[in-house]
Amino acid sequence: MPIHMITMPKWGLSMEQGQVNGWLKAIGDKVVKGDEILDVETDKISSGVECAFEGILRRQIAQEGDTLPIGALLAVVADAETPDAQIDAEVEAFQRDFVPATSADGDSGPQPEKAQIGGRTVRYLKLGEGGTPALLIHGFGGDLNNWLFNHADLAAHRAVWALDLPGHGESGKTLDTGSADELADSVIAFMDDRGIDKVHLIGHSMGALIAMTVAAQAPGRVASLALISGAGLGKEINGDYIQGFTEGSNRNALKPQLAKLFADPSLVTRQLVEDIVKYKRLEGVPEALRKIAASAFDGNVQRASYRDRLAELAPRSLVIWGAGDQIIPAGHAQGLPGDIRVHVLDGNGHMVQMEAASEVNRLLNDFLGS
Amino acid sequence: MARKITFSQAINEALSQEMARDETVIVMGEDNAGGAGSPGEQDAWGGVLGVTKGLFHKYPGRVLDTPLSEGGYIGAAVGAAACGMRPVAELMFIDFMGVCFDQIFNQAAKFRYMFGGKAVTPVVIRAMQGAGLRAAAQHSQMLTSLFTHIPGLKVVCPSTPYDAKGLLIQAIRDNDPVIFCEHKLLYSREGDVPEESYAIPFGEANVVRDGDDATIITYGRMVHYATEAAEKLAKDGIQVEVIDLRTTSPLDEETILESANRTGRVVVVDEANPRCSIATDISALIAQRAFHSLKAPIEMVTAPHTPAPFAGVLEDMYIPSAAQIADAVMKVRA
Repeated sequence: MPIHMITMPKWGLSMEQGQVNGWLKAIGDKVVKGDEILDVETDKISSGVECAFEGILRRQIAQEGDTLPIGALLAVVADAETPDAQIDAEVEAFQRDFVPATSADGDSGPQPEKAQIGGRTVRYLKLGEGGTPALLIHGFGGDLNNWLFNHADLAAHRAVWALDLPGHGESGKTLDTGSADELADSVIAFMDDRGIDKVHLIGHSMGALIAMTVAAQAPGRVASLALISGAGLGKEINGDYIQGFTEGSNRNALKPQLAKLFADPSLVTRQLVEDIVKYKRLEGVPEALRKIAASAFDGNVQRASYRDRLAELAPRSLVIWGAGDQIIPAGHAQGLPGDIRVHVLDGNGHMVQMEAASEVNRLLNDFLGS
Repeated sequence: MARKITFSQAINEALSQEMARDETVIVMGEDNAGGAGSPGEQDAWGGVLGVTKGLFHKYPGRVLDTPLSEGGYIGAAVGAAACGMRPVAELMFIDFMGVCFDQIFNQAAKFRYMFGGKAVTPVVIRAMQGAGLRAAAQHSQMLTSLFTHIPGLKVVCPSTPYDAKGLLIQAIRDNDPVIFCEHKLLYSREGDVPEESYAIPFGEANVVRDGDDATIITYGRMVHYATEAAEKLAKDGIQVEVIDLRTTSPLDEETILESANRTGRVVVVDEANPRCSIATDISALIAQRAFHSLKAPIEMVTAPHTPAPFAGVLEDMYIPSAAQIADAVMKVRA
């Protein structure tokens, strides 16, 4: 009978360790694939560690409050018949052989790169090889790290690129008008520069609007559209959030805004807030965000909608939403035209690709065809 | 953010980016241009510890060497600022500030006030301070509180490379004279620093660590000892909030009072001598404005009221330690 070791996962490039926040399953509980068995907090975010196996939770190796390196043993899953002695022997062998990777090893995996495209710095990260590549486009105020829990999973089956839009992350902050057209142009220029001919576009929030704009401008080059909590599919948007995020400059102002992004506000760690505060301080960022917001939104109203044209924009489209989205109502996922796959995930908010990463990854991989 | 650079590189980058952005920004100080062209030297030395190295050739004519006369060149920097430049003067050791007190206290700090707001003095005076380098009593003082006392001056004490860059950029853009205090033992400390330019507003303390059981308020190098103490206490289940003031003038009273009111247990840590210090100033603020929230007397952890000793073993005892800070937290918790 197999004994399965559950180890500290690596979420995103910079993660080196995680802190065990608490157990969600008790010893002796039956677990199936996809069950979350414990909560782990990293310096970016907290999330549940999923079980990839079926069986009984036989050992909780990590203690609540422990901070452990990536790959460290957290738990053991096996069936009921597996003898205790055999489990103990395997745990002992694992612990004896386990060598935590350190950042000093220099083996921190692929890192984001930067290119000069059209006179502007563009930061991007490519993972995986082959197939029709996918391109991940983050939303308003985000960056390529918004795909922390998705990028590697999707890249197991194809080349997957993620970029920082102009005005965002570590890309150049200078914008002309900040219109969706300008941002879409920058995405097409990026594809040209990197030699990406045809692409699956995966957009979150405003990134979905950009993805649809790219499809409208360069129809032959978009193999499919996957739109997550997307802008551009309806009228309403939370204008208070856009305003609060754009104008907030410190932790106290931004934290309540960021809490609106998640169904579970405790997912907003102090590091997440700190990272946003640091981003907001970068030269040119508030101006860039103001331009983009003014161009795309008018208070609580989105200026552009591709809702009626969605079926013609790309050969295939997928729409995913968190049912508890407080930024763009999940109702926009209803009543879409044509043969469009729609999944509204209960108990999740606007950042559904982070909150329900495994499920979103499964839906995306199914849709793209692995 | 993946890029790590040192505290001293962060200061250099802030200077370089501001010099590129604004041609009125100039750098002046002892040995900032010195060394250039001498045998075996391609670049200027960039000051006594090389913080401004690389700027001399990059910005021709804008990195000025000064005589060994603080009274002369700090006065020149103040005058240049009043006439439209944005000088960043490097004063080497803060201990030498005594010879240019008039230029700073009576001139730079007073121009805006005494000329009815018609004059501004956008000068930055960078100086290294703090003990621990075995540099003896005349090169080891923490004089932050002296400058904090004077209305018209702004006083900055960064604790990390990230803060050093953002606060120096803010200091250069500020229209008032800024005393920028750099702890010499922080120069080689590494941290994440964005390549792009950014400014950190003055008067906005950084809550380095959250906690509800006690509050440590500090600044400069002591932030790291306070964090070390807080991490140790967290292992025993005591969650301590650590506040890094970043700037002592202006002071973020709101953050201090909010935390003190919430925890009711306060330790103020200051590497300086104890009398008339940042420690006494913060303690007085809390005693006056958050008295009814206090559950224990405020504790202060400071150097003793003596000059910094030269003997290494004594100097190590002179500087507040993480263990002393942890003990003080236990005392306010009792």
